[in-house]
Amino acid sequence: MHTFEFIRPADQEAAIASAAQSKTAQQGAEVRFLGGGTTLIDLMKLNVETPARVLDINRLPLDKIEATSDGGLKIGALVRNSDLANDAKVQKDYSVLSQALLQGASAQIRNMATVGGNLLQRTRCVYFRDIAMGCNKREPGTGCPAITGHNRTLAILGASEHCIATNPSDMCVALATLEATVHIQGPKGTRTVAFNDFHLLPGNTPHRETVLEPGDLITHVTLPPPIAGSKQLYLKLRDRASYEFALASAAVVLTTASGNITRARVAFGGVGTKPWRSHEAEAALTGKPATDATFRQAAEAALRNAKPQSENKFKIELAKRCLTHALRMAAAS
Amino acid sequence: MENDDRLSGSDQPTRRQFLQTAGSTVAAGVMAAYAPAQASIIASEGTPAGADGPAVEGMVPVTLRINGKDHQLRLDPRTTLLDCLRETVALTGTKKGCDHGQCGACTVHVNGSRVLSCLNFAVMHDGDEITTIEGLGTPEAMHPMQAAFFTHDAYQCGYCTSGQIMSAVALLKEPCGPDDAAVKELMSGNICRCGAYANIVAAIQQVRKRA
Repeated sequence: MHTFEFIRPADQEAAIASAAQSKTAQQGAEVRFLGGGTTLIDLMKLNVETPARVLDINRLPLDKIEATSDGGLKIGALVRNSDLANDAKVQKDYSVLSQALLQGASAQIRNMATVGGNLLQRTRCVYFRDIAMGCNKREPGTGCPAITGHNRTLAILGASEHCIATNPSDMCVALATLEATVHIQGPKGTRTVAFNDFHLLPGNTPHRETVLEPGDLITHVTLPPPIAGSKQLYLKLRDRASYEFALASAAVVLTTASGNITRARVAFGGVGTKPWRSHEAEAALTGKPATDATFRQAAEAALRNAKPQSENKFKIELAKRCLTHALRMAAAS
Repeated sequence: MENDDRLSGSDQPTRRQFLQTAGSTVAAGVMAAYAPAQASIIASEGTPAGADGPAVEGMVPVTLRINGKDHQLRLDPRTTLLDCLRETVALTGTKKGCDHGQCGACTVHVNGSRVLSCLNFAVMHDGDEITTIEGLGTPEAMHPMQAAFFTHDAYQCGYCTSGQIMSAVALLKEPCGPDDAAVKELMSGNICRCGAYANIVAAIQQVRKRA
């Protein structure tokens, strides 16, 4: 691991001013915020991340879950994954978020990981994690060996000829269906970003993963008021029953009336280069009867533009069945 | 098992001796000789307040409360909590399995919550309460979980065991369903190559039912 300067900033403003000195907030950042450390320290041990300065923000007062004035929820960026998953209001009104969190990682990691850090979780692609290999995300211009190499766990949606890395977060898939908003404080002030706009497709700039600029600190995430009577489910399919990343996962939030779907939000994990909100599936569901045939049609629509890699053609059918099954279980709940 | 210290012979410090000394405020001379060559670290804001001994560039002062005892240390910030426990303060009960947060062998408690010590820097924990397996119980006065692991034969080689026990003790205070499946799910972050899982679950369930 490269040496670094370790600082615990006294407050948010000091943290932002210090981080603003970095040339980028993306891959290669010289200054990094340290929350739980479950991603950053892992990558620093691999020398994939080599910040010259690490800002320990764990003592900043961003760790509360509070109601907002419009009946929604405000979740501080330093709330631990386990605390968020076990929160009574989250379990009652935003249960897909709790389900997604509890199906992710291990209990120890959930105790350490923060909401802000989970938003910024990095891909598990073996080439990204190995500095002996070329990787356009880690070092632009060095190629994507995954395209002709080991790509079983990588993306079938949103990939480019430069990068096919999957986003591994479960929490983000749930937040996509809940239409969360990310709140950022930066050197020039505060701003909000709609969840779907926060993560970027790789395109020809796979080293840019989010809209964050130097100095930007995620302060909290807000959720809109809960949809009364919504049926919510997160289904994660993977090689092991627990403590394993998704091969394919689906988050669904459904509202039904008299056997018809009146509102649907659908997102996938494990198959996209960013948390994959599926407007195609939602359009195929809304106004239709809540039947297996409808669910299957929605799954077909969602995966219509999927492009398999050499080792993961199975993911297309897996993702379709994952969504179909999730919709069936949610509708029946 | 022969002790590495005796095998080293000569007057050269063994790696363990050096790291123990380097972590204390005593042998600044030894530390200076081994200070990192890359001197590009800017003096950090907040120079160590009340730290003893000459400052060595890049070392961060920290007070770690481990098993109820305070340790005043100066550490390379790269030192993980795991390496600090094992190498600096010589509490070797916590094990290094994968060093990347994937096996759970390094599980300790920080402020009562189970975490992976390999994915934390020691310097993050100034003022935190850290509990290791050594702080849980002794052979004469075992924690009920340790006793249950013993009576249920819940270990073979023993390497994952301290992490399993630390994880299991923390689980007692976490929301967990009553059945074996729930325990397995919440213990899934602790891997056992010997496959003692069935007995581990039985030990945990026994302690839960007694509580």
